[in-house]
Amino acid sequence: MPKRKDIKKIMIIGSGPIIISQGCEFDYSGTQACKALKEEGYQVVLVNSNPATIMTDPQFADATYIEPVTPEVVEKIIAKERPDALLPTLGGQTGLNVAIAVAKKGVLKKYRVQMIGADRRAIEKAEDRDLFKKAMQKIGLDVPRSISVKNMTEARKAVEVLGMPIVIRPSFTLGGTGGGIAFNMQEFEELASRGLEYSMIHDVLLEESVLGWKEFELEVMRDRKDNVVIVCSIENFDPMGVHTGDSITVAPAQTLTDREYQKMRDAAIKSIREIGVDTGGCNVQFAINPKDGRMVMIEINPRVSRSSALASKATGFPIAKIAAKLAVGYTLDEIPNDITKVTPASFEPTIDYCVVKIPRFAFEKFPGADPTLGTSMKSVGEAMSIGRTFKEALQKGLRSLEINRHGLDSVLNEKDFDTREHLMEFLMKKLRVPNDGRIFYIGDAIRLGVSIDQINAATGIDKWFLENIKEIVDFEAELKKAGASKSELKSKLTKRTLKESKVLGFSDAQLAVFFGASDEEIRSLRKEYDIQTTYKLVDTCAAEFEAYTPYFYSTYESEDEARPSDKKKVMILGGGPNRIGQGIEFDYCCVHACFALRELGYETIMVNCNPETVSTDYDTSDKLYFEPMTREDVLNIVDKEKPWGVIVQLGGQTPLNLTLTLKKAGVNIIGTSPESIDIAEDREKFKEMLDKLKLRQPPNGAARNFEEAKSVASRIGYPVLVRPSYVLGGRAMEIVYDEDTLEKFTKEASRVSGEHPILIDKFLEDAIEVDVDMIADGETFVIGGIMEHIEEAGIHSGDSAMVLPPYSLGEDVINKIRQATVAMAKELKVVGLMNVQYAVRDNKVYVLEVNPRASRTVPFVSKAIGVPLAKLAAKVMTGVKLKDLGFNKEIVPDYSSVKESVFPFNRFPGVDIMLGPEMKSTGEVMGIDADFGRAYMKSQLAAFQDLPLKGTVFVSVRDKDKRIIVFIVKRLKDLGFEIIATEGTSKALKKSGIEVEIARKVFEGRPNILDYIKDGKINLIINTPSGRIPREDEVQIRSTAIMHAVPCITTISGAQASVNGIEVLLKKDLDVQPLQAYHKKIGVVPDKKTRRK
Amino acid sequence: MKAILFLEDGFFLEGLSFGAQGEALGEVVFNTSMTGYQEILTDPSYRGQIVTMTYPLIGNYGVNPEDVESAKLWAEGFVVKEKSKIYSNWRGKDTLEDYLAKNKIIGIEGVDTRALTRRLRLVGAMRGIVSTADFDKQGLMKKVQASPIMVGRDLVKEVTCKESYAWPETAKTEKEFSVVCFDYGVKFNILRLLDLAGCKVKVVSATTSAKEVLDLKPDGVFLSNGPGDPAVLTYAIDEIKKMMGRVPIFGICLGHQLLGHALGGKTYKLKFGHHGANHPVMNLETKRVEITSQNHGFCVDMDSIKDKDVVLTHVNLYDKTTEGLKHKKLPVFCVQYHPEAGPGPHDAGYLFGRFTDMMRKHKRR
Repeated sequence: MPKRKDIKKIMIIGSGPIIISQGCEFDYSGTQACKALKEEGYQVVLVNSNPATIMTDPQFADATYIEPVTPEVVEKIIAKERPDALLPTLGGQTGLNVAIAVAKKGVLKKYRVQMIGADRRAIEKAEDRDLFKKAMQKIGLDVPRSISVKNMTEARKAVEVLGMPIVIRPSFTLGGTGGGIAFNMQEFEELASRGLEYSMIHDVLLEESVLGWKEFELEVMRDRKDNVVIVCSIENFDPMGVHTGDSITVAPAQTLTDREYQKMRDAAIKSIREIGVDTGGCNVQFAINPKDGRMVMIEINPRVSRSSALASKATGFPIAKIAAKLAVGYTLDEIPNDITKVTPASFEPTIDYCVVKIPRFAFEKFPGADPTLGTSMKSVGEAMSIGRTFKEALQKGLRSLEINRHGLDSVLNEKDFDTREHLMEFLMKKLRVPNDGRIFYIGDAIRLGVSIDQINAATGIDKWFLENIKEIVDFEAELKKAGASKSELKSKLTKRTLKESKVLGFSDAQLAVFFGASDEEIRSLRKEYDIQTTYKLVDTCAAEFEAYTPYFYSTYESEDEARPSDKKKVMILGGGPNRIGQGIEFDYCCVHACFALRELGYETIMVNCNPETVSTDYDTSDKLYFEPMTREDVLNIVDKEKPWGVIVQLGGQTPLNLTLTLKKAGVNIIGTSPESIDIAEDREKFKEMLDKLKLRQPPNGAARNFEEAKSVASRIGYPVLVRPSYVLGGRAMEIVYDEDTLEKFTKEASRVSGEHPILIDKFLEDAIEVDVDMIADGETFVIGGIMEHIEEAGIHSGDSAMVLPPYSLGEDVINKIRQATVAMAKELKVVGLMNVQYAVRDNKVYVLEVNPRASRTVPFVSKAIGVPLAKLAAKVMTGVKLKDLGFNKEIVPDYSSVKESVFPFNRFPGVDIMLGPEMKSTGEVMGIDADFGRAYMKSQLAAFQDLPLKGTVFVSVRDKDKRIIVFIVKRLKDLGFEIIATEGTSKALKKSGIEVEIARKVFEGRPNILDYIKDGKINLIINTPSGRIPREDEVQIRSTAIMHAVPCITTISGAQASVNGIEVLLKKDLDVQPLQAYHKKIGVVPDKKTRRK
Repeated sequence: MKAILFLEDGFFLEGLSFGAQGEALGEVVFNTSMTGYQEILTDPSYRGQIVTMTYPLIGNYGVNPEDVESAKLWAEGFVVKEKSKIYSNWRGKDTLEDYLAKNKIIGIEGVDTRALTRRLRLVGAMRGIVSTADFDKQGLMKKVQASPIMVGRDLVKEVTCKESYAWPETAKTEKEFSVVCFDYGVKFNILRLLDLAGCKVKVVSATTSAKEVLDLKPDGVFLSNGPGDPAVLTYAIDEIKKMMGRVPIFGICLGHQLLGHALGGKTYKLKFGHHGANHPVMNLETKRVEITSQNHGFCVDMDSIKDKDVVLTHVNLYDKTTEGLKHKKLPVFCVQYHPEAGPGPHDAGYLFGRFTDMMRKHKRR
């Protein structure tokens, strides 16, 4: 069937900010879809509030709305754009939910918009657990027994039928928010009531537990003619009970016979036909009882999902792109397979390697969070690895995580336990209760002689996986034995042993430890023995056909398929797995570099191991190496490809940390020199530079231990900011007010800092922080954007809301900032991007930090000013001049752009939401409008902080803020809000003549403020922290607010901005504008095409 | 223990042996199914062939008594990247290694099966040898060159049943039809599915005459899959010609190729054949795509069939080769691929229904 001619304009809904369970995989799928639809000649209208996405780059759609992804806003865009069709299946759960909401409101009918891909009925059938179960039973498929309940009375009755343990699954939530497994009545009461609160429709499904069963997923595609193919099968390493996003997963399925696999395939096909997903990708999940093989359907996601992205990267089959083409009427047999060119997309990929995905957690960022894994997703990113065996892929995957593990390292230290019994007790608990480090504890259990059967009984993990891990550990024991000998390296590590270790996935770093050598020595020995890293293609067809897309992974085999060309090549190092502090923003920059350098005629080589990204799409770069971002793996590729230059400054801290070792190995690092990067990172050299330029910085010092730290702190005076060197995202950064806390945080920072000293700065209380991004080519220095933080100093810039251009700074201060930025960039001979953080107090400008690399704000600034900074930076790094690129003057838009951060606190019940110098946000949104108030309002809506327009505000602020809060409360009263305050705050308000209701504090009996929040009586909370160490009741208030989706503001400036926003919203209607219109207004020519001379 | 795989073009891979020891000769082919190694090993169509699996991890779920396609193992040798030391599956009864050893099949592991696959794709299917005894390249080359080539080879006589037998009725379906199945190397799953479709099946040897079969007055005749070159099986082709028009005939794989010859056509050898479970085939009558199980090295040349009443019904979307045909007037149809799966997807299972429909219609006449 040819493509549809009756539709011309298609709207795509993006997934909004990066949150846990909705990562950058939806940028990958959305970008593919936009490209595919534009390629087919359709007009594309896009809405997505996330500025760090490639899909929101203005060239990917005809109208790009960086606006909140909410039903109200989507309705406005539909009214304005009048699209013919809405494609709801590419924007994750958010996109799907919003699409359903607008359909329910009758918006689609009113504007005659057709939903394509999956219609409302199909989506509801898949999403509503009751409907789903009935549908599956109707076609004879087995499902876990379950009962749907709407309140606690019904819930308690259901337990009697289903027994313990029991699964609680709220309907219509993201990534299983609020779900869980209860093992006793107490847990049940807690989880069930929370689930009822979380569900958008107050509906919870209670289900027979299939805990410990084997878990599988199939990625299915269907077209209009009902052709169906399975793109990939996935087997979860962790059995049922751990959210698939938190599980280690393996592709293809490993332990199913063909009969069982085909039975699953038949069930998947039958089920999507019954659900009625017309076209596109679907994810179907199954559980199998390992004892008797009973197979039950778990769920269907009638959309492109995290697993689809994984399956696409694992097989080379571009699910989202094909889904978009199917949605407009093509059939699978009409679409060519890009990789083989001669065969159609109507086939099932077959793979000749093993793929392992390992989740990346960030529990270290949330002290007090429960690291137990369950049915609610907690990981923030993932790494994927490819090997010829599971063993190789697993070890590559573990070293890809960047958690200081070089493979399946040992994590237990027997010395930490007084008796072996205690050790074993601890270990067995770590095996029984799923946690982020379980894979390592399994290794240690094998090392300590625990049998595979025992581990299988404790974990439920299939023996096949455990046996493979045992083979790794057994070989490791041999290596350690050989390594312990006193003889020289070459005689104890023979060619055969070294080759065998590489086949099993051991890294040079692991071998270095076992053999008491350095990584370099192992590497040289490898070369001396002529043990070659071989590269194999990911080709969808196991070499049955010739593949044209160079997508490689490394292994140690006999044939190497890499065919380095003699073109001039630039290698771009990506950021590895997403984590807090290093996410999609850096991938965005890497993708831009690929585009830019391709345009200049270079061969681009991308290296990354994050399957969620656009950078690892096979057509982003000329060559893709899906490899761990370690020194060893990167150097192996350098050896093979011999690139002319390597870009390290765009992928975040991961590639930056490799700078010096790469440089040492003779790699040409292009852009700002590694020496300059070092000046910026090295405290002493940096201080020298500032003195030379007569720039001010807060008093500071460096320390290697607590004694040194103490003397620095007493010299510069408390409060001080303690931080490690060479980290991103403010890892282990703290504001410290006294010696006792200094000791605690010095320890933590030293641990994170490793061989480098920790840094101690005077903390400037109440200063305004400013971020600046700039670009330079060595001759021309142009400010990209100056952003004023909305929260006062002390909150990590990645967590702070920011506005561009600044809204409260005077022109003289801004000029000082401009001059300082340019002066430093000149001094550092910046070629590429640079980010500076300043603090402004009493009109004095202090330099806090300089980073001569891409920053997290580059995509935001690029969208705000209409200039693709990362793209220009990549060109500049190859020697192109800014003036030739047409960008030599700062652009200060006459509209306002606000960046707001989004936090994962709802995943970590009980954790305080207070912000500080350590970054905690997972993603960001952007609000653009004519003035600050409206832009801020939009940013809040986009961050799902639904600011109320009426109702009751609870106010509780620290003494210091009691004067200023009066003005804010007064405005709220004028706007018609009721105010409830704690006793202390109410006194201050009463003095100014504002009457407020007084609420009981948590410890003052009930009903207290928590009850009010739970009962939905509070619509907004303004609560600034009382002291350095938050009081228990404050933590409870903020945490309860998060769980009940009550917006909670913790800073005075945030409160002011919010009131501005509310005022704007009350006064005027929200208007929507595409990015293209804003850019047209300021008349930028964003992307002058250039060719390499 | 060391083992070597050596091809007639001099390409070789050294690895470790598993299963039986010794030497085995055969045409080396690759199979791209990620599951189903037990079905593949027991498929009589692999007689005369050394099979390499493109999926690297083989043996994970072991072997069991149910997933067999015949009573013994037929592949001459088995080449894998890594065989699993253990098996893990609730139906598993034995490891792959022991299974091969007990059935005297030589396996080789630890070799770059992707390099081998690429070689076969580029050069074409070749004769080869797996050995755990002889590592002398010249000696191996001599042995390979002395071995028979696939073209012109009658392997059916080596795999067909010696005596006819009735397939046990296991499916609880009413047996509406009596079917005679010519065993050119039949896979059990075909018989299981015929049984399920309501056929009482009598399996007869490949050399059975048309008269003997027609005397049984069957409702239909089934021509099975099997190994080797169809062109030399004139004894089978001649008998098929005699049955055409007198009884509904359904053929699969070799059975399809023999029908091609019986209808006046020719077959040719494919470069490296189709062996896998992911090939898209278009049903030209419905325009729907079926994902199919494939295992053949020869193919019917449609252009060679001059009878205008013979029409192409199925085509392979990978290389546009013939995957199915039918006679417009006579009750004859056949497919090149494997609707019985085992291993592979079940998309084409409807063809058994088509056969019973045809028999029902013919019965009424």
